[in-house]
Amino acid sequence: MKRSKTMELGVGLFMLAGILGLVFLGLRVSGVTLSAPAESFQLEANFANVGGLRPRARVTMAGVTVGRVEAIELDTEWFDARVTLRLDGELEGQLSRDTTAAILTAGLLGEQYVGLSVGGDPEALEAGDTITDTQSALVLEELIQQFISNMVSG
Amino acid sequence: MTKGIESLARWGRKGCDSFESLGRAGIFLAQSAVAVPSREGLRLWLHQIYFVGVLSLAIVLVSGLFIGMVLALQGYTILVDFGAEQALGQMVALSLLRELAPVVAALLFAGRAGSALTAEIGLMKATEQLTSMEMIGVDPLRRIVAPRLWAGFVSLPVLTIGFSVVGIWGGYLVGVEWLGVFEGSYWSNMQASVSFLDDVGNGIIKSLVFALVVTWIAVFQGYDLVPTSEGISRATTRTVVYSSLAVLGLDFVLTVVMFGGLS
Repeated sequence: MKRSKTMELGVGLFMLAGILGLVFLGLRVSGVTLSAPAESFQLEANFANVGGLRPRARVTMAGVTVGRVEAIELDTEWFDARVTLRLDGELEGQLSRDTTAAILTAGLLGEQYVGLSVGGDPEALEAGDTITDTQSALVLEELIQQFISNMVSG
Repeated sequence: MTKGIESLARWGRKGCDSFESLGRAGIFLAQSAVAVPSREGLRLWLHQIYFVGVLSLAIVLVSGLFIGMVLALQGYTILVDFGAEQALGQMVALSLLRELAPVVAALLFAGRAGSALTAEIGLMKATEQLTSMEMIGVDPLRRIVAPRLWAGFVSLPVLTIGFSVVGIWGGYLVGVEWLGVFEGSYWSNMQASVSFLDDVGNGIIKSLVFALVVTWIAVFQGYDLVPTSEGISRATTRTVVYSSLAVLGLDFVLTVVMFGGLS
């Protein structure tokens, strides 16, 4: 009977260890925060070229992460890329209408992300609006081509 | 001529036999999985979790530690060439959570617990314990098979979680403590790239599937074997071979479904 008690205790500790491991994986490894999911809203931006931007990439403002890229699809009307951004709710109604969006690269070979910077327009962007002033991703080949043609002509 | 026909007939018989055994395995799974748990059944189930889960903990955790350490070491030597050793935490965590922890834990589980289940049930059959149980009106599927099946189903995901946790810690030990990767970037890059539902959740779904397949193969091979000493040894080998192949094959299918790339 005593043997069976230690056995059951062992099983209990085993299951407890599993739950604690799951909590560790949640909090420490995937960085889940216990607070409720924050309010958010969507903006859209059209880019001539998104380069290596991927869904779930960061959206930053002054280097601070303020949202994520939700979807990237081809706009068949203009044949450019329509990027849907999901931003923190506290920015809703705060971004001016002439806010610019640029696709930037972290480091030389790092991941690409979207950087926003506000302008001076008194009117604000509402949820679902489109950012018109955008700057495409830096494509290394185009840059080199430009450099070579400048050298030849100069 | 007759020889050719005979060998053709043998192939056909073999095919029929394997289909028949697949069907038997399906019926067997359905009959034992739906067995209603009683108070006594709960106790049997706990004991089986002890045997297949708690006693497998040592081998799984030690393997996890070494795999995490070797991942960090290998990853570091490659990443440092690109000046990207900050991404070490991300690499260790994603490869463990998505692939290595579910697969390696399932392979170890098949070797450590699956073969033991087959041998145990096989010996019960060879010594006619199963038949005598039926004669005194105890259903061996419910008394012997169901607790083992459910114990495996519960134990392997817990072992997989333990494997990941110890592996990530082992990667930390080698990467941060020995090789000098900055501790903050090890954790923050990991947290930025690991998604709880997509990576941790899909890893656990994988291990649930593997747990079902491995224990199913193990108990069925034990229940269905030829009750001789040779039959037991063959069935034990078959358990390990079939479960390993099933785990690796299913892993590819599940990865395609979960993480895409082929659509």
